[in-house]
Amino acid sequence: MEEMHQVAIAAKDPAIGRQFSSQVSILSAMELIWNLCEILFIEVAPAGALLLHLLDWVRLHVCEVDSLLADVLGSENPSKHDSFWKLVTILVLQGRLDEARQMLSKEADASPSSAGMCRILGDLMRTMPVLSPGNTQTLTELELKWQHWHEECERHLQDSTFAASPHLESLCKIMLGDEAALLEQKELLNNWYHFLVTRLLYSHPTVKPIDLHLYAQSSLDLFLGGESSPEPLDNILLAAFEFDIHQVIKECSIALSNWWFVAHLTDLLDHCKLLQSHNLYFGSNMREFLLLEYASGLFAHHSLWQLGVDYFDYCPELGRVSLELHIERIPLSTEQKALKVLRICEQRQMTEQVRSICKILAMNAVRNNRLGSALSWSIRAKDAAFATLVSDRFLKDYCERGSFSDLDLIDNLGPAMMLSDRLTFLGKYREFHRFYGEKRLTDAASLLLSLMTSQIAPRSFWVILLIDALPLLEEKEVVFSAEQTYELMRCLEDFASRRPVWREPGVQRIQEDVENTKLEMLRLALARNLGRAIIKEGSLEGS
Amino acid sequence: MEEIYAKFVSQKISKTRWRPVPPGSLQTADTFAAGSWDNEENYVSLWSIGDFGNLDSDGGFEGDHQLLCDIRHHGDVMDLQFFDQERIVAASSTGCVTVFLHHPNNQTLSVSQQWTAAHYHTGPGSPSCGSAPCTGVVCNNPEIVTVGEDGRINLFRADHKEAVRTIDNADSSTLHAVTFLRTPEILTVNSIGQLKIWDFRKQGNEPSQILSLTGDRVPLHCVDRHPNQQHVVATGGQDGMLSIWDVRQGTMPVSLLKAHEAEMWEVHFHPSNPDHLFTCSEDGSLWHWDASTDVPEKSSLFNQGGRNSTFLSHSISNQASVHQSLISSWLSTDPAKDRIEITSLLPSRTLSVNSLDVLGPCLVCGTDSEAIYVTKQLFS
Repeated sequence: MEEMHQVAIAAKDPAIGRQFSSQVSILSAMELIWNLCEILFIEVAPAGALLLHLLDWVRLHVCEVDSLLADVLGSENPSKHDSFWKLVTILVLQGRLDEARQMLSKEADASPSSAGMCRILGDLMRTMPVLSPGNTQTLTELELKWQHWHEECERHLQDSTFAASPHLESLCKIMLGDEAALLEQKELLNNWYHFLVTRLLYSHPTVKPIDLHLYAQSSLDLFLGGESSPEPLDNILLAAFEFDIHQVIKECSIALSNWWFVAHLTDLLDHCKLLQSHNLYFGSNMREFLLLEYASGLFAHHSLWQLGVDYFDYCPELGRVSLELHIERIPLSTEQKALKVLRICEQRQMTEQVRSICKILAMNAVRNNRLGSALSWSIRAKDAAFATLVSDRFLKDYCERGSFSDLDLIDNLGPAMMLSDRLTFLGKYREFHRFYGEKRLTDAASLLLSLMTSQIAPRSFWVILLIDALPLLEEKEVVFSAEQTYELMRCLEDFASRRPVWREPGVQRIQEDVENTKLEMLRLALARNLGRAIIKEGSLEGS
Repeated sequence: MEEIYAKFVSQKISKTRWRPVPPGSLQTADTFAAGSWDNEENYVSLWSIGDFGNLDSDGGFEGDHQLLCDIRHHGDVMDLQFFDQERIVAASSTGCVTVFLHHPNNQTLSVSQQWTAAHYHTGPGSPSCGSAPCTGVVCNNPEIVTVGEDGRINLFRADHKEAVRTIDNADSSTLHAVTFLRTPEILTVNSIGQLKIWDFRKQGNEPSQILSLTGDRVPLHCVDRHPNQQHVVATGGQDGMLSIWDVRQGTMPVSLLKAHEAEMWEVHFHPSNPDHLFTCSEDGSLWHWDASTDVPEKSSLFNQGGRNSTFLSHSISNQASVHQSLISSWLSTDPAKDRIEITSLLPSRTLSVNSLDVLGPCLVCGTDSEAIYVTKQLFS
């Protein structure tokens, strides 16, 4: 807040300077409200101590005094300074009587004529009974002593002890708690709550918390004097003095533009068990409602969504559900952001969200022809269906072009192959190609056979597999054993019998013819191979 | 213990890099660049950690880093490298690669050169030239190599308008990071857990070597080469695992070290003390790995220049040859036998630490909790 203040002062452009100043004033108002809530609701100060806390509160938020004090003390002749009496008055108004006394002693040194009066006033200041924190006085004792002191001040006033100096006289009146005198100092008091606290200090120092609001209301009325209407801040403070927590929260929500302040204040009060559970119509209590609102607001921000996650974590009833809904809708412009979102989901076991986000990313990757990325997303989500889709894409490419794209991916699938049947088939099929390329024909043959018999090959691919068997069958040496050949034949007949019969004329007929020819060739090759295999196995070296 | 200074900068930091000191000079690092991400307006900024003679009116702590200048950057800053003393190369999520020039006399940054469509998607489903994020950039004056989510590798030269060489579809998945091995060779890591070595002297679009793990294909996010031994490479993966590879030997890593609980975003060997390694991760921690523990009592076949090398016991690598003249302590470290000291450098857990850089005794890192941490006494 200090930085903003300095920036506001230093800003060259007056509009920006105003903007910063207004931000500073909002922040200081929030601090004011927060501190008051702390005093009244959380500390729950009893009578006596209450006033001390309120005095601290006022002193904290009116800071010009210190600079003025330094100013005056620093000057050569403090008592002749222009603002000397102003300073002393402010000190008395704030209840800083020791410092006021020091100032008076300077005045006494400077002008001997008023030395006597200053001394008397100084004594009065010194003897004013205050409740010190460690003191064991009871409240009634304090009350009695204070009453006694009050009467003494009254007596001095009536004796016109201070008649010679109007300043000292008005100081005495202030110390008596005379409302008219206090109202004269409106300018120095600056706002009605200062007036309230000063008034209480000098007329009802043992005020009880429940009576506070009466004095607050009357102070406000007196101070404003009918000239101006209360501002939102005044309403909030009044509600606080009335100990109406809900009203405070309501007024703050209306006055402030976002939920930050209210959410945190409510959370604090809830932790102090001060909020009775309000049953809002969707079942959660006010704290959770406000936190949810705040967190939703964070999610609407382009970069603060990561903080929103933590807030949702602390909402026991609706937090998780809200998080699930919000986290899917974060726009993912880069993979790195997606990874962070996924990590958040995985830490909270939100598998559905992981799956849906990975699916979106994988679809994008497929559209951009990044099949490796698509596969890695489906592996992360353990999404077998998508892995099948990617593998189908590869197989389709192979059918169309006769060769595989992205061999680096397929060759190095590793254990990820097990994710989906189709993927396993793809990996194994590629392995078959590799075996064939390396001339490891028996391995290739048995692999091919297992591919066909294990039922993981898609229907559409069977004809290709069968055709792939042809070159193996045509090899000089017998690659397939008799058993294997029988298996192949069975597969072939299986395939042929279940082949869809196309009824459309034209191109399909030609394709069908081509296929039929291929199958015929295959049958011939199989038969020949069977013969050779039986002979080979039947002969001496084969057994 | 080191003192770490933190400063909250109101933008999530994706990359931080020290400006290199001129070779042969005794200066320590005093300026670093930072790039932000995920904001509506992202910035590349330069910061200084020079000692200020007297505290200025900002009331910053002595040694606190101060902003020198910044410039708006379109898209997230995906990677950042210093090209030389004055120029910074930034890779953007819009697929654009920009070279910024720093003017020290008036402390401003300006755009010196830009390749706007360095990375893009072309596919049946995407509109022609949909942009793809550029994920990694590495510089070796005068060359700049970039890689992106489109699986493309670009070789640029400063002051040339077009790319000198482009390898389209170098990878079917996303390339996450790139580093130079020897000058004409680069090494890339991708999201299916493979390291690929590319040689620019060769024509053709095939890598000269592929290395990968045999187990799960965990995506690899970062890579760094040992400063003195160009065959030793460290990578960090999505499961937080740190792997050390010897690219001359086989296709499998030399050691696998279980490290962080979430993605490891960056790994760096210390440039002048390569026995020290630094990693940072999504789980909000930054670790300092110290493998320089001397083990004097173990005798070995080789005694190199005062530093004993520990005996070769690898759990994974089947390194048969013992005729190595220089053995890196990383390659020969068996995590079960020799101790690597690991210290966590950040005082408390934050959101993800996205980036780190080390130079001399100084370390800088940037996090998602909008803070930059700097320490100037790394080895105290």
